[in-house]
Amino acid sequence: MSELVAEAHGHAPHEAHRDPMGTKIGMWLFLFTEVTLFGTIFIAYGVYLYMYRLDFQRASGELNIPIGAMNTIVLLTSSLTMALAIQALQRKKTGMSLGLMAVTVLCAVAFLVIKTFEWSAKFHHHIGPSGLDAFAPHMALRPMGERIFFGLYFTMAGIHALHVIIGGIAILFAMFRVKSGKSTWDKPEFVEYTGLYWHLVDLVWIYLFPLLYLIH
Amino acid sequence: MSHEAEHPHILPTSVYVAVWTGLIALTGVTVGAHYVDMRHLAIPAIMVVATVKATLVLLYFMHIRFEKPLFPLMIMVTLITYAIFVVLTFSDYLYR
Repeated sequence: MSELVAEAHGHAPHEAHRDPMGTKIGMWLFLFTEVTLFGTIFIAYGVYLYMYRLDFQRASGELNIPIGAMNTIVLLTSSLTMALAIQALQRKKTGMSLGLMAVTVLCAVAFLVIKTFEWSAKFHHHIGPSGLDAFAPHMALRPMGERIFFGLYFTMAGIHALHVIIGGIAILFAMFRVKSGKSTWDKPEFVEYTGLYWHLVDLVWIYLFPLLYLIH
Repeated sequence: MSHEAEHPHILPTSVYVAVWTGLIALTGVTVGAHYVDMRHLAIPAIMVVATVKATLVLLYFMHIRFEKPLFPLMIMVTLITYAIFVVLTFSDYLYR
């Protein structure tokens, strides 16, 4: 039946099963599960902030604000280039779309490189998750609230960095699909949803950066 | 079907650049305000600025402003559900 409908509209039969509205709803439902994932950790953060306000402020003061701000600018800029990549694809400017997605991936890599430098410095100063043997003796000297703050810091920033890695790989996939003609101006869904995921990664960081770096 | 009819909401580049400029400026405001002693207002202020930034990203980068009403509705349901989690949790912890 659907093939008959598709042929009546002059499309190839296999295209009859495209359902952009359905897949878009599915993508947003997936994004809501991400809100639940990060949201619950944010609630834990809120409760412990309330319980250990001074410890949290002291520990937050040890984070490097310029590095955090630099990563914020990198991520916001990558969100811009991703949005422009989708706009370019809609305007049938395939080459420009690919170039803008390449810049987005470079921003993802830059974010991770900066994060690596930041965390190396922290590890060098024996600041790490207190559950790891390498850090346990030094972290044990700190008050409970500071240990919880750094535990949350490495958990939240770590899960976020994992999302940056996954998002970067997804954008590489999107580039491959555009290059091979699977994603085009009239079939842009894969690229659009990759963009939605990338913007969500940005959204999480918009809350993470001030709550981790700027509370003291 | 024309290009425009298929995609009625291709935003001009200037809109995206304006949103990005706003986001960077608000980041500057948050970092700058950090060096002003606001005491108990500091964290509420952080949350307000972050929420303005998040709204900009949702409306323009994620195109929610131009989607069918179903999508903003789904987002509101998610946020209200999350707000219930938050209120229930803190109604416990704040009054122990």
